Amino acid sequence: MTKIIDLPDTHYVLPGNRACAGCGIGIGLRQITAALEGQMVMAVPASCLTVFGGMYPVSSVKVPWVNVAFPSTAAAASGLAAGLRAIGKADAMTVLAMAGDGGTGDIGIQALSGAAERNDDFIYLCYDNEAYMNTGTQRSGLTPSGARTTTTWSGKRENPKDLPAIMEAHNIPYVGSTSAVFPEDVYDKVAKARAIHGLRYIHMNTPCPSGWSFDPKDTVKLGKMAVDAGVVVLYEVVDGEFRLTGRSKALVKVGLRATVAEYVATQGRFKGMTAETTAAVQDWVDTRWARYVARDAS
Amino acid sequence: MSVTTTVMAGNEAAATAAKLARVQVIAAYPITPQTSVVEQLSAWVESGELPAEFVTVESEHSALTVCITASTVGARVFTATSANGLAYMTEQVWWAAGARLPIVMCIANRAMAAPWNVLNDQQDSMSVRDAGWIQLYCRDNQEILDTTIQAYRIAEQLNVPVMVCYDGFLLSHTMMPVEIPAAETVDAFLPARVPLTIVDPADPRNIGPVTLADPRVDAQGVSCHGYMEIRALHHQAVLDALKVIPAVDAEWSEATGRAWGGLTWEHLLDDAEVVLVAAGSLGVQLTVAAEQLRERGLNVGVLGIRAYRPFPADALRGKLAGRRLVLVFDKALSYGNEGPICGDIKATMSGRPGAPTVFGAVCGLGGRDVSVEHLVDAALRAIADREDGVTDRPADWLNLHL
Repeated sequence: MTKIIDLPDTHYVLPGNRACAGCGIGIGLRQITAALEGQMVMAVPASCLTVFGGMYPVSSVKVPWVNVAFPSTAAAASGLAAGLRAIGKADAMTVLAMAGDGGTGDIGIQALSGAAERNDDFIYLCYDNEAYMNTGTQRSGLTPSGARTTTTWSGKRENPKDLPAIMEAHNIPYVGSTSAVFPEDVYDKVAKARAIHGLRYIHMNTPCPSGWSFDPKDTVKLGKMAVDAGVVVLYEVVDGEFRLTGRSKALVKVGLRATVAEYVATQGRFKGMTAETTAAVQDWVDTRWARYVARDAS
Repeated sequence: MSVTTTVMAGNEAAATAAKLARVQVIAAYPITPQTSVVEQLSAWVESGELPAEFVTVESEHSALTVCITASTVGARVFTATSANGLAYMTEQVWWAAGARLPIVMCIANRAMAAPWNVLNDQQDSMSVRDAGWIQLYCRDNQEILDTTIQAYRIAEQLNVPVMVCYDGFLLSHTMMPVEIPAAETVDAFLPARVPLTIVDPADPRNIGPVTLADPRVDAQGVSCHGYMEIRALHHQAVLDALKVIPAVDAEWSEATGRAWGGLTWEHLLDDAEVVLVAAGSLGVQLTVAAEQLRERGLNVGVLGIRAYRPFPADALRGKLAGRRLVLVFDKALSYGNEGPICGDIKATMSGRPGAPTVFGAVCGLGGRDVSVEHLVDAALRAIADREDGVTDRPADWLNLHL
């Protein structure tokens, strides 16, 4: 595992961008582009990442970037891969599709499932900020239970869908679950995925100060707390072999270091969440965590 | 160079053209009546006869998406669809045009649901006429083959995508002799694509980002186009096709001996007082109707629309001014208004010297039979109305039984 101090000093993401203060995308994207050494082409749908990239004629990222329609990200990546193969440039760059949770798990899931079934040759990275943040915080299929959004005013009632598990069920060669606030975990997973062919899926939890309602200085702190609480779990599945990674692996010995109640208390979006909902989410987290630990051990 | 003549259906003519054009990426999803185009291409790719990537996508939306991004990296791409498939990819129809990608898509024209109907009319492609593509309509299977090859030349010269439209079943599944040009002939006519877009890590570009309404300066202080300038340039490129389509057709004629009239075609038009107008195979039926009407002593001719977008306004003004009556047959409808070609011709002729009376007729929706007798009767009704002094009237619905 790469130590944080050994991460490359990269220059693919420029110092200025149009993201909100404290946005987790930039932390993740620095490591993603570094792990691919800039030898890449991105497919980016309408999302916070579009805003991050800047408006014509300036750009905040020094890698080829193709903007694509909202539901089309995975198919767009399939087309980039097929096109590069057809013109003999498939080895020149890695195709990286990068979309948000709504763009991946809701409107984009059909194209993604098709590409995964075909095992098309690209990395799909979902940066999960847990709602439609670019349009102003509407609930997505990945918004956690209890979270207030502008379409769930009294808190969402359902748990988020488990996208990495859905992708694992497609029997693709690599599935990773990471968090933008663990740069070395992001770097290692993208670097590992880069060396594999076929469809590689990486799910990256990405704290969002504006949508989650917390102080922008706390992005890393909250992202780490999500892992300590077991709400977010760092793991990878390589050719069907499951293992916990990084902080989540370390938690196996010591147990989860935060409760759901402590985690939700840090964010305005969970204001008014009832004790019953909190307890239900805690049960959901505990069940999932036990399953991950058991899979890691076997 | 060897030319072979084979009896084939329209869909096979389209597939043969794509193969002769040496397409590099094909992505398509099955829908009646387009399906056999991609079945044929898939077989050629699998056998190695056509060295191309064939992406078996999970929907039409993804089919055009794959074409969009494969075209962005520089590949020559092909897809085909019909009706609801075209409607499902509509978002990407706009994207392909706005991104200025030289995609060629065949449309086996079919009626739109609901209710379900797999038979022919032209409502599908007419419904996306405003999306910024070039639209060419074919009369027969030879024209499908020739036009699909021509479409790549037109698209790659202008960086505008082209729809090659032909009537579902009437052409897509009807066998007729088709002359297949030699590969060397097509190669000389259609050289390898030189892409405009650049996807290269050594020269990173952000392609298609958010673009503001107004021009904006780049990092070097140079003013770059806003959205509206980009749209104006796109419009100009589509209009430029008014010159490019006939020029490419003329060059094809030199190479193969076959020309298709460029923007429009005509039959018995010179001295015609009454002109019957249609796009696609319906135009061929109109030629038979016109000949029968001539036998009755009526000076009737036919004007066929080959290029519907760009709309050949100047050509039509030249050919229709001074006529007594123009009767436009549409296999599509703008509900609450009239047939799309009829409306466009009325607007084109409005206020012009010698503007004829223009009547519309709606026919063949959902595969409703259109016989030469129906067309002759419609023409006689229109001529009688005109003789009675009528200068405007609602569309005449042919073979309708309410």
